[in-house]
Amino acid sequence: MSATRIRREALSLDEVIQIVARPEAGAIATFLGVVRNMNDGRSVSLLEYEAYGTMAEAELERILEEIEREIPGVRVAATHRIGALHIGDAAVVCAASAPHRGEAFRACRELIDRIKARLPIWKREHGPDGPYWVGWEDARCAPDHGEHGHHGHAHHEHAHHAPAHDEKR
Amino acid sequence: MSNTVRLLAFAGARDVLGASELVFPLDAPCTAEELLHHVCGRFPALVPYRRSIRVAVNGAYARPDEQVRAGDEVALIPPVAGG
Repeated sequence: MSATRIRREALSLDEVIQIVARPEAGAIATFLGVVRNMNDGRSVSLLEYEAYGTMAEAELERILEEIEREIPGVRVAATHRIGALHIGDAAVVCAASAPHRGEAFRACRELIDRIKARLPIWKREHGPDGPYWVGWEDARCAPDHGEHGHHGHAHHEHAHHAPAHDEKR
Repeated sequence: MSNTVRLLAFAGARDVLGASELVFPLDAPCTAEELLHHVCGRFPALVPYRRSIRVAVNGAYARPDEQVRAGDEVALIPPVAGG
C-alpha cells in the first residue's frame, strides 16, 4: 500500500481498517483525531494543517514499520489530512490489528503517539484573536534550561538540542 | 550552487525566515547543530526558538552531530502539531 497517506481529501476509517484486516486478526483498534471547537481555552473556528510532505510520508512509513517490528503479530495503518479543516473533521485516522485486543489497543496507542510526536505537520488555528501556529510561541525559550530560560538571554551558543522528542529508532 | 544547501522552513520558522525555501551557503561541511547555529546567525529572530527546532536532513530527523553536505535538503522543523 503505497498510496499517499498525507492528503487533502477527507479521510476514511474504512480504508485503514481494510488495510489491517486479515483472517488471523481477531481485534482491530481504531483512533480518529478530530478537530474540536476549543484549544487551551480559546475557541477555534478553523485549523489549517500543513506538512513537509515528502518527509511526513517517509516518517509515517518508518513509524508503521517500527511498530510492526516491535509488536509481533500486529499490523498498522494511518492517514493524515492537511489543508483547511473544520470542527468535526477527522485530521488523522489510525487502525491496528492483532490476534487479540491487548496488542491491538497498544499498537494503536503507539501509532497515534508517534504520529503526534514526529510527523512534520503543523496547524494554524483560527479563532477570535486571529491565526497562530499551535505550539510555536510555547517553543520560545523553553523554561527548563536554567539560565537560558529568559527572553533576551538566548544568544549563548550552548549545544542545547530539541527537547522531549524521542526518535525511537 | 556548489557550496550551498537547500534550506526549507515550515510554520512559525517560515514566518521568521520570510520564505519557505532558500539557498543557504555552506562554507564547509558541518554538523546539523552547527548549521542551525549559522541559520540563527543570519536570522536572529530565530534564536529564541532555537532549542525547540529540530533539523532534518534529506527527509529524516538528523542527530545534532550528523554531517550536512553541499546539496543536501535541510529542513527546520518547529514543534510538530499533527493529529
